[in-house]
Amino acid sequence: MRVLRNTFQLGVKELRSLLRDPIMLVLIIWAFTLSIYTAATAMPETLYKAPIAIIDDDRSALSLRIIDAFYPPYFMPPLLISAEQMDARMDAGLDTFGLYIPAGFERDVLAGNSPALQLNVDATRMAQAFTGSSYINAIVNGVSNEFVQRNREQASQPVELELRARFNPELNQTWFGAVMELVNRITMLSIILSGAALIREREHGTLEHLLVMPVTPLEIMGAKVWAMAVVVLGSSAFALAVVIRGFLEVPLQGSAWLFLGGATLHIFACTSMGIFLGIVARTMPQFGLLMMMTLLPLQILSGGMTPRESMPDIVQTLMLAAPTTHFVALSQAILYRGAGFDVVWPQLAALAVIGTALFLFSLARFRKTLQSMG
Amino acid sequence: MSGDVREDCATGPAVVACLRDVTLEYGDTRALNGITLAIPAGQIVGVIGPDGVGKSSLFALIAGARAIQGGSVEVLGGDMANARHRNAICPRIAYMPQGLGRNLYPTLSVYENLDFFARLFGHGRDERERRMEQLLSATGMAAFRDRPVGKLSGGMKQKLGLCCALIHDPDLLILDEPTTGVDPLSRRQFWRLIARIRAGRPGMSVLVATAYMDEAAGFDHLVAMHDGQVLQSGTPRALLEQTQARSLEQAFIRLLPGNNEAAGTPADITPRAATDDAPVAIEARGLTRRFGDFTAVDNVSFRIRRGEIFGFIGSNGCGKTTTMKILTGLLPASDGEAWLFGHPVDPHDIATRRRVGYMTQSFSLYSELTVRQNLALHARLFGLPADGIPARVQAMAGRFGLEAIMDALPDALPLGERQRLSLAVAMIHGPEILILDEPTSGVDPVARENFWRIMIDLARRDNVTIFISTHFMNEAERCDRVSLMHAGKVLATDTPAAIAQARGAESLEEAFIGYLEAEAGTQAEPDEAGAATTPTPKPGAQDEAPQVNRSAFSLRRLFSYTRREALELLRDPIRLTMAALGSGLLMIVLGYGISMDVEDLTFAVLDLDQTTASRDYTLNLSGSRYFLEQPPIESHEDMDRRLRAGEIGLAIEIPGGFARDLARGDGAQISAWIDGSMPSRAETVRGYVQGMHQHWLAGKAREAYGDAVGSGLVSVETRFRYNPEVSSLPAMVPAVIPLLLILIPAILAALAVVREKELGSIVNLYVTPVTRLEFLLGKQIPYLVLGMLSYALLTVLAIYGFGVPVSGSLATLTAAAFIYVMAATAFGLLVSTFVRSQIAALFGTALLTMLPAVTFSGLLNPVTSMEGSARFIGDIFPTTHFITIARGTFSKALGFHDLQDAFLPLLIAVPVLIGLAAALLRKQER
Repeated sequence: MRVLRNTFQLGVKELRSLLRDPIMLVLIIWAFTLSIYTAATAMPETLYKAPIAIIDDDRSALSLRIIDAFYPPYFMPPLLISAEQMDARMDAGLDTFGLYIPAGFERDVLAGNSPALQLNVDATRMAQAFTGSSYINAIVNGVSNEFVQRNREQASQPVELELRARFNPELNQTWFGAVMELVNRITMLSIILSGAALIREREHGTLEHLLVMPVTPLEIMGAKVWAMAVVVLGSSAFALAVVIRGFLEVPLQGSAWLFLGGATLHIFACTSMGIFLGIVARTMPQFGLLMMMTLLPLQILSGGMTPRESMPDIVQTLMLAAPTTHFVALSQAILYRGAGFDVVWPQLAALAVIGTALFLFSLARFRKTLQSMG
Repeated sequence: MSGDVREDCATGPAVVACLRDVTLEYGDTRALNGITLAIPAGQIVGVIGPDGVGKSSLFALIAGARAIQGGSVEVLGGDMANARHRNAICPRIAYMPQGLGRNLYPTLSVYENLDFFARLFGHGRDERERRMEQLLSATGMAAFRDRPVGKLSGGMKQKLGLCCALIHDPDLLILDEPTTGVDPLSRRQFWRLIARIRAGRPGMSVLVATAYMDEAAGFDHLVAMHDGQVLQSGTPRALLEQTQARSLEQAFIRLLPGNNEAAGTPADITPRAATDDAPVAIEARGLTRRFGDFTAVDNVSFRIRRGEIFGFIGSNGCGKTTTMKILTGLLPASDGEAWLFGHPVDPHDIATRRRVGYMTQSFSLYSELTVRQNLALHARLFGLPADGIPARVQAMAGRFGLEAIMDALPDALPLGERQRLSLAVAMIHGPEILILDEPTSGVDPVARENFWRIMIDLARRDNVTIFISTHFMNEAERCDRVSLMHAGKVLATDTPAAIAQARGAESLEEAFIGYLEAEAGTQAEPDEAGAATTPTPKPGAQDEAPQVNRSAFSLRRLFSYTRREALELLRDPIRLTMAALGSGLLMIVLGYGISMDVEDLTFAVLDLDQTTASRDYTLNLSGSRYFLEQPPIESHEDMDRRLRAGEIGLAIEIPGGFARDLARGDGAQISAWIDGSMPSRAETVRGYVQGMHQHWLAGKAREAYGDAVGSGLVSVETRFRYNPEVSSLPAMVPAVIPLLLILIPAILAALAVVREKELGSIVNLYVTPVTRLEFLLGKQIPYLVLGMLSYALLTVLAIYGFGVPVSGSLATLTAAAFIYVMAATAFGLLVSTFVRSQIAALFGTALLTMLPAVTFSGLLNPVTSMEGSARFIGDIFPTTHFITIARGTFSKALGFHDLQDAFLPLLIAVPVLIGLAAALLRKQER
């Protein structure tokens, strides 16, 4: 009872402190509204307005048709350049694709000589390079086919492949980006708020002051966890309902409550982690560095940016210990695929276990540092 | 009186500062209310008055640390509202703010702090050395020159603060309560030092605020202040005569409007009834505490009975605070034992904590909570019944005179009021033992008397045991018994009278100084002797003052900040190692972790046909390295469930009759469902499936019609340039370097300015000749060096660790990295200037760098493909251009000539960011 009361009182104190920092509040609001909006709408489709340049040495009806076949949104309207320009433009990163149509191309096609086009791809831009080259291949073949067989009936393929994307039929990147940005914000804010609040107490000498009062480390830590969780959870709920569902019009499947429940567990784990970092770091600059070093892998390797299965096995295994991995999986399952508790319970369980372990571990470390403090 | 002032000001040289109708407000509270005052030159002028009357605000205005709101302030013959005048005269002013060493840097040593200030004022090397030696030996600090300031006692910090203030031979020395919290011996030494310096520089004016009336009595001129106004100004003698008072204390009280004579009368101590049989409340036996080689507390024993007021006196840093911390359980003792109420001290004993009230030397309450909230929070934490809390808070507020400031924030309060708040907090739960570490430091005399009235009341009436340390001897004289400590040892324990008697001294103060001087004589001879032999400030000192650099931009001042920042960085090996190696570690993680290759995609087949043809189709997929086959799907429900659960990323349905339709050429159809929840992955899967399907068809056609068929109409020869294997590593590694080179340097630099704001040393920017640009650039350099080190590490790692060679010009890459790190650190500084707390700086920088750097800068998708604000941010953000340069030099074998277009935005970004930061940074507090 006393534990609960003290934890509550200390948590209220944390919230009041936060209210005294208007710039921090503005940053939090911005992080959960405009910044999610910008990031989500900025995410281009995998192949969106890909810059392409064409060297047309053929100048035939067919080559013109091919040039006309590239248009937004997949490609930028192609730029006609000379062969000399191509290398320089690629070097400067202006074009991702450079297509060379040799002289006599139309003639060879009509003669059935199977001529070759040369496609140069800037392979440092991996995402566009892959998808784009297969699109270009298909477009060129399609246009030529049509051109040759204008008068003939196209022989239908013996087997048709009907491809459909489930859950996001148009493969809209905004849908994906919005929720992943939210997940990133949740992780970042929970770690920073709790860890920095602890360091701040130490730097201002108030931690020592707490220790001569009938307050236990459990209460001090518990207070930070619950207070920061309230802030982050509130912001997330707002972002989900107003920004993502409202302004971005992302059709979220599944139960928002289930998602917020998962978020609570995730925040619990992240605030505990923040406190752990706050214990290890002696000063705010140290904390800043530690935080960056934790946050980057947590976000980038969680499966929210690139698919988990394409990471090396060891990374996949190690990242199982990170709460973000489970939270990302859980968010995708609930919000995109409409999964229910029966599907996501393993993630929920994993988050609970990781959170509890981090909390207990931090608490033990916290007790220890407090004893040797002076 | 104001008429005199105008005349005084007009006469010129005799006046060092002249204020007319000066007002100052903090929000709703009026700190200064129409001050008109002339401060005579060449004298020691004391400002006296209770806490919160506006002394500190007045000093900050005169020093130029705070912007003027109303009225005019003329200092050293010019208007302080004029920035040019301020800059011109600030080398002639020295300002030592209130608070123990608030403008000093805790991780730097005594010598380094002093050296920092000396460089800031532009002395040459020899001159610096000479001055520092002289000041350090004169203040007896020479023995501690290598000790970090954070480990000094309060009094030593004050002395060092004075040294730092005196390093540049100021014409006007402004000392805001310089002797608060300083022991009597040090205090005496302090004033002797000032006297010696004045003897060497007779023209110097000194403006002092003090709580010690005995000090004030020795000043040339006094200004009595009350409630934001000047009550009276004149020589101490004139003040005494005018009020017909015997002492200055009395004179001051008589000057007060309302003339509350009773308030200032000394609180008389009721002698304690001889109750040696009272139970022992606090007992210590052989307490010892060592920090490394240093013994802070050396075999200390005492026994305090219930209801006793037990005083601890001693020089600064003698171990009083450490002893108290051991008693509260904050510090474990190295040796010996202590008991509270007969129980051994146990840091886990929550029940005992409830019976003890403790007040630390430095203010340690929540500066983000108001006075009322602080009181209420502590009442709740001590478990007082909820319904009684408002009354209790009100009672404590009344007892400690906090009613008027209940809704103020502690940071806005003067030291004295904050101390009273700390005391009120320590007593809120009605403890049986009070452990008070210098509770009255910085508290004005009237408030101190009130405080002692309460103490005596508590001890005598409520039988509370009070263990108190103090530097005021008139307070120590009221204790039942006193322990005199020095260098960790207790020299004497007895009643104050008995101690004085034993020493043959007239008062406790004499006895105290006698004891300490005797100790010092045996131990630290050089202190006093050194001070004596040093030729008191060289006669020529005055002549050297004009040498001070007053140019608009000084590299020396700039490097002075660079040195300071670098030293602080070097003192923090953990930060240094993390900054240097952290980026390497992150690169390994990200380099291997980020992979665009899609492999091992899980798929399953719902085969409703179950023929050789359908199995053949399945084999076609499962044989590929991209796909991993899962157990077959049994039904449409099963398919739906497994897609939903994320078990499979691709589901293929082969309808019944597939083989038959295929054989007949009758439009057989296969359906495929891709999990679209991650669009980029889904796109890749789509491409793969289509490819595999075509491949299978071609194979079928060859089987049927021979090789002639199946070659396409047109073939496209694709050349993947720069990265022929289209593997992730060569594409990612050059892009990860720009990412890490902005995140880490920016976050380090982001704390540089706001940290000084939060910890108080920003005042050095306000009152020293350093300009905003010098301050920022000076701070930037160490982080620039650190950033370049991590660039070197990352490049070596890329080349030798990842085997991604720099195929283009390494010099171009390095030059670009240099400009880029400059921009990154400038970005951090910019964030640092507009936020108020370190937390906000961390969060803000993380937010403002990570998102643009990861998403908008072409790391994964080219900037040219973006739209709207993202495109705009991507176009101007430095990371975009450095990624172009890094990819160009690493993968595309380019040199400077090919990449010069990308340099331009980087070169523009640096001055823009620095300029913005300088514009946002304030040179005065508002």
